[in-house]
Amino acid sequence: MLTPADIQALIVTLKLAAMTTAILLVFAMPLSLWLVRRKRRGQALIESVIALPLVLPPTVLGFYLLVLLGAEGPIGRLTTALGIGPLAFTFTGLVIGSCIYSLPFAVQPLRDAFAAIPRRQWEAAATLGASPLAVLLRVILPQARNGLLTAAVLTFAHTIGEFGVVLMIGGNIPGRTQVLSIAIYDHVEALDYTHAHILSAGLLIAAFVMLALLYRFNRSHGVLPR
Amino acid sequence: MTHPRDRAQQQHADPGKALHCRLRLSHGDLDLDVTATFAAGRVTAILGPSGAGKTTWLRAIAGLEREARGLCRLNGEIWQDSEAGIFVPPHRRAVGYVFQDAALFPHMTVRDNLRFGMRHRAHRTGAHMDFDEIVTTLALAPLLDRRPPTLSGGEAQRVAIARALLSAPEVLLFDEPLSAVDEAARRRILDLLENLCRHTAVPVLYVSHNRAEVARLADHVLLMEKGRIRTQGPVTEIFARLDVALDAGSDAAAVVEATVSDRDEAWNLSRLTFSGGTFLVAGIERPTGTRIRLRVLARDVSLTLERQKDTSILNIFPATVTDLAQNGPAGMLIRLDVGGTPLLSAITRKSAHALNLHPGRKVFAQVKAVALID
Repeated sequence: MLTPADIQALIVTLKLAAMTTAILLVFAMPLSLWLVRRKRRGQALIESVIALPLVLPPTVLGFYLLVLLGAEGPIGRLTTALGIGPLAFTFTGLVIGSCIYSLPFAVQPLRDAFAAIPRRQWEAAATLGASPLAVLLRVILPQARNGLLTAAVLTFAHTIGEFGVVLMIGGNIPGRTQVLSIAIYDHVEALDYTHAHILSAGLLIAAFVMLALLYRFNRSHGVLPR
Repeated sequence: MTHPRDRAQQQHADPGKALHCRLRLSHGDLDLDVTATFAAGRVTAILGPSGAGKTTWLRAIAGLEREARGLCRLNGEIWQDSEAGIFVPPHRRAVGYVFQDAALFPHMTVRDNLRFGMRHRAHRTGAHMDFDEIVTTLALAPLLDRRPPTLSGGEAQRVAIARALLSAPEVLLFDEPLSAVDEAARRRILDLLENLCRHTAVPVLYVSHNRAEVARLADHVLLMEKGRIRTQGPVTEIFARLDVALDAGSDAAAVVEATVSDRDEAWNLSRLTFSGGTFLVAGIERPTGTRIRLRVLARDVSLTLERQKDTSILNIFPATVTDLAQNGPAGMLIRLDVGGTPLLSAITRKSAHALNLHPGRKVFAQVKAVALID
């Protein structure tokens, strides 16, 4: 049913989505905490930068990343000098692009979840002798559980669904940078509607199931258990 | 003031430490500048209108106000010394803080809430607080497996008090713990708090704007106004100060410390001894030897120059006028000394003139009613 190239694309896609989700959760958590904890100067600027991928055409983002990461770009030169080589058209380049592109999908739910926890909870835990790390692990994260899950699912699903950034920066190298959304495009270009149908329906169902499970979980756990 | 010491106190190997602080903090309308020492085992009430800076002060002691400047130390242990650049973060200060809104952790059971402080501080310092004893004292056993969102206001506040006690605090900070609690729960928690305060070995700071609570619990009162300490002293002294009493309007009352000495079985009256004599009072069913606090409203105290013979009033004491102040257009508020205990009397200006009242004048105070503070 699936061509060998489709299976490779599926593996690349899942790997990309999993890595992007893992990296973004680690990175977005402190960022969201920082955004919630205090109002600082420059915060509006940072929030706008984080939200940019929501409104920017993915090709724009992909284009700039290509320029930056490519052999002639500043980051490309740096990585080449370090012996890594330019990151454009590599899987690593894809991960970087996906992280930037999906950042708002990780930050938004986390920030909302952290903002919903009264500051008093931090204070009470601190007066009971809990270090900031202990407060985070035992008081804040358990209460932000729904936000964490939402951030993970949205990031994962959104990464699977991306096209423009991946095409610009990753190209379309089967087995390395070809993801499902691009494989579909290729099938359509080749007028192979059967395989395009199979992959499209698969992605549609997968995305729907993920969101349905997420909303169901958040509904049943939205209020604290009695 | 000595109180019978109980087991809880004996568990503290070392005697409690005094808290000393000199703190300054400005934000918004508040300009806080306070210096005070809080003795171990003593309950100090911080009383004042809202916006006076009471809560901010407590928060600064706990280390929750980063912008506070000055000095704060528990005996030799420095918590803050801005000149030396020292600021110990809140989790390293051994405070037990009871917030106005309980601030329980909603995702944990009551039991886990209680264990939170034990795990994080009590275990580190090696101090031992008996979980079962505190659970019993605060009647929390039926609540242990419940979650905070299902608790009533009074229940939540009892859990918060127990949680603070179990964290082995060396200072107890109460921030209006009863303001969000209904009247029935309030009376119950006051009973518990009175008992706890009486037996604690650490400094207790109790912020409130409720005079009745303060009269009940406090040994010492700090009266705050606009970020400053207006006056301070023993609770009996402060409530009998004319400027303080005038603020209370028709509720102006003296607080009298007394001991139940015996009962007059023939007439069903209790004899309550205080430094100025003995009250004969009906309706106080307390065992002999119990120390109690009484409230004597200024409007229940009238004055005569001669001791009245044929009167229904049982409680008449020789007194000396120590101070007078005008109380409204027609009234006077008189402060009296009755054998070392201050009393207040609210009379008309006309009567004060007729009796020629002035400081030093010998009079007789007729006390119409005495209420147990509970």
